[in-house]
Amino acid sequence: MSLSSKDLLGIKGMSPEEIRLVLDTAASFKDVSERDIKKVPALRGKTVINLFYEPSTRTRTSFELAGKRLSADVLNISTTTSSVVKGETLLDTARNIEAMKCDVLILRHPCSGAPAFLASRLKSSVINAGDGFHEHPTQALLDLFTIREKLGTIEGRTVAIVGDIAHSRVARSNIYGLTALGARVRVCGPATMIPYGIEQSGVEVFYDADRAVDGVDVIMTLRLQLERQAAGLFPGVREYARLYGLNRDRLSRAGKNAMVMHPGPMNRGVEISSDVADSSSVILDQVTNGVAVRMAIMFLLSGGAKAEAS
Amino acid sequence: MNILIKNGHVVDPANKVDEKLDILISGNRIAGIGKPGSIGSEGAQVMDASGKVVVPGLIDMHVHLREPGYEYKENIATGTAAAKAGGFTSLCCMPNTNPVNDTGSVTEFILSQAAKSGSARVYPVGAVTKGSKGEELAEMGELHGSGCVAVSDDGRPVMNGAIMRRAMEYSKIFGIPVLSHCEDANLSAKGVMNEGALSTELGLRGIPSAAEDSMTARDIFLAELTGCRLHLCHVSTKGAVALIREAKARGLAVTAETCPHYFTLTDEAVRGYNTMAKMNPPLRTAEDVQAIKEGLRDGTIDVIATDHAPHGMDEKTVEFEYAPFGIVGLETALGLSLRLVQEGVLSLTDLVRKMSLNPAVILKINRGTLSSGAEADITIIDPDLEWTVDAAVFKSRSRNTPFDGWKLKGRAVQTIMGGRV
Repeated sequence: MSLSSKDLLGIKGMSPEEIRLVLDTAASFKDVSERDIKKVPALRGKTVINLFYEPSTRTRTSFELAGKRLSADVLNISTTTSSVVKGETLLDTARNIEAMKCDVLILRHPCSGAPAFLASRLKSSVINAGDGFHEHPTQALLDLFTIREKLGTIEGRTVAIVGDIAHSRVARSNIYGLTALGARVRVCGPATMIPYGIEQSGVEVFYDADRAVDGVDVIMTLRLQLERQAAGLFPGVREYARLYGLNRDRLSRAGKNAMVMHPGPMNRGVEISSDVADSSSVILDQVTNGVAVRMAIMFLLSGGAKAEAS
Repeated sequence: MNILIKNGHVVDPANKVDEKLDILISGNRIAGIGKPGSIGSEGAQVMDASGKVVVPGLIDMHVHLREPGYEYKENIATGTAAAKAGGFTSLCCMPNTNPVNDTGSVTEFILSQAAKSGSARVYPVGAVTKGSKGEELAEMGELHGSGCVAVSDDGRPVMNGAIMRRAMEYSKIFGIPVLSHCEDANLSAKGVMNEGALSTELGLRGIPSAAEDSMTARDIFLAELTGCRLHLCHVSTKGAVALIREAKARGLAVTAETCPHYFTLTDEAVRGYNTMAKMNPPLRTAEDVQAIKEGLRDGTIDVIATDHAPHGMDEKTVEFEYAPFGIVGLETALGLSLRLVQEGVLSLTDLVRKMSLNPAVILKINRGTLSSGAEADITIIDPDLEWTVDAAVFKSRSRNTPFDGWKLKGRAVQTIMGGRV
């Protein structure tokens, strides 16, 4: 089995079988990173380009390591030092990169739909590394991988996603992935941060964080973007932390062995308290798994099949 | 030179005409209208209009001609050529050019360009405020004296209610309508499409219906306060239709227009980040489309205009957020509006009222009828002609339409302006 599209633009539109294929493939890549020689020849001779229009440490590094561990040639283009500052359009930049023969283009962009815009105009595989408020599919896949690894199954689990749902691409991708694999999803945040019609994606909406986390198997806290305060979306960090921050007390309402996740970067003491982040979370496992999941995605989009990976 | 248009189905709502008649044009005027065969044709060029519909020249009261300042998108020659191709003999051009049409000299420039190269009559709309900045009133007296038939800050709504009030009062001196683009810019903020389940799914910032509804309500109350003739531009929401219906029931001098895309498409057209479906106000929901049709049917909405907004293809071939708002409409409006007749929403007479007579009455321009002695602005429509929209052959300089490739039935086959074919 292989993926039906040349690109990975979002989790929406992926079948449960495709999602499982990625997770299974990632499982067979995970041990590569544990070896002394962290490299397999799967993508030797392939060129992978990281094109990032937003700042990123984790995601960019993770993609770069994933490509290198598959033996691909990986290049990073940061828009602050590229022709973008001279006013070149996204499409022109991408076409020029493609003219130098790249196989996989990884795009992070502040505009929702930018990866889809390029994917329909390029022959290369486009991987969405986060677009606006739309999707961040590799983050959701690594989250699903981590949940499956820790809890064994995803089906039937209850997951609470807490924070600024409206402006979160991580939330959208996770909602699609979790519901596709049979989990029950609750979303929780201030009413100003719950987007119109989100319940149509099959989630339950909460404004009360204590009720939202009650008895759940997994809590995903989202990064609070502090500039949203100026837009009137919340009155201040103090009240946000009190109403929505995940601390020891609130965590005690969740299921006994509830997992705590965060896509990073964290605002310690705002959406998550340091003791919860440091002693009760799987945040660093998520980061570790990110490399394996991204290896799987690049491998599958480059025509690899699951059997070869193992 | 004389022209005899024979055997056409003449629809002229001003004169309650809806029957097969002959029309004689002498020079630039209509010389006579009568039963088929009743008018002598000696020396006249005969146009056989059997099977065609003959109507007063269509009037589009909401067009962006882009000249001066944005000639790469459109100019007065290409914009009026597009109008003629679409069956329009007259149009209003909005003032958001560069410079803004906020002084008599800009108005005069537009009129002189139109006189030189125009294929349709051009009626400029002046700015409400200087530079359309929403701060100080523009010199409406000079604008009106130079030929502006209305004022508007289209595209840049007047957010300050007190300024809008004074503009409405001041417009009464000249008896010209204020054309209002109703949008609360704080509510729409950085929105790029209708706020709804689809904007949530696509991760695009939404523009709620409330941004249009609340401003519509404000402007209706200000019209009541001031006694101004208020015309509401490009109505797109169910809520606005209800407010206008209620205002009319109270006897206020409020009129309204909508555009073909608002009764033809929903926000689903945005799916795939289609920048050709990006306009302001945005495409709304199926429920809004239904309400717009009902508003057209019961007379709440007086006018169908295009909001023809040309943009270069490079400008539209970008990330959705970065693309400018607007689509061209002059060459598709009639075909799309005839669908309302085909669906039974409007009679042919009502359609002609909304695309010719009503705009003429609102703008107080002496057009929109086929009365004997009137200026011979006539559009001949083949209602059965099936055609496919091909943006590549538009007369407009721009091709930004979501209707490329659509199959439509009915189009203008002859547009006569002042007796000239």
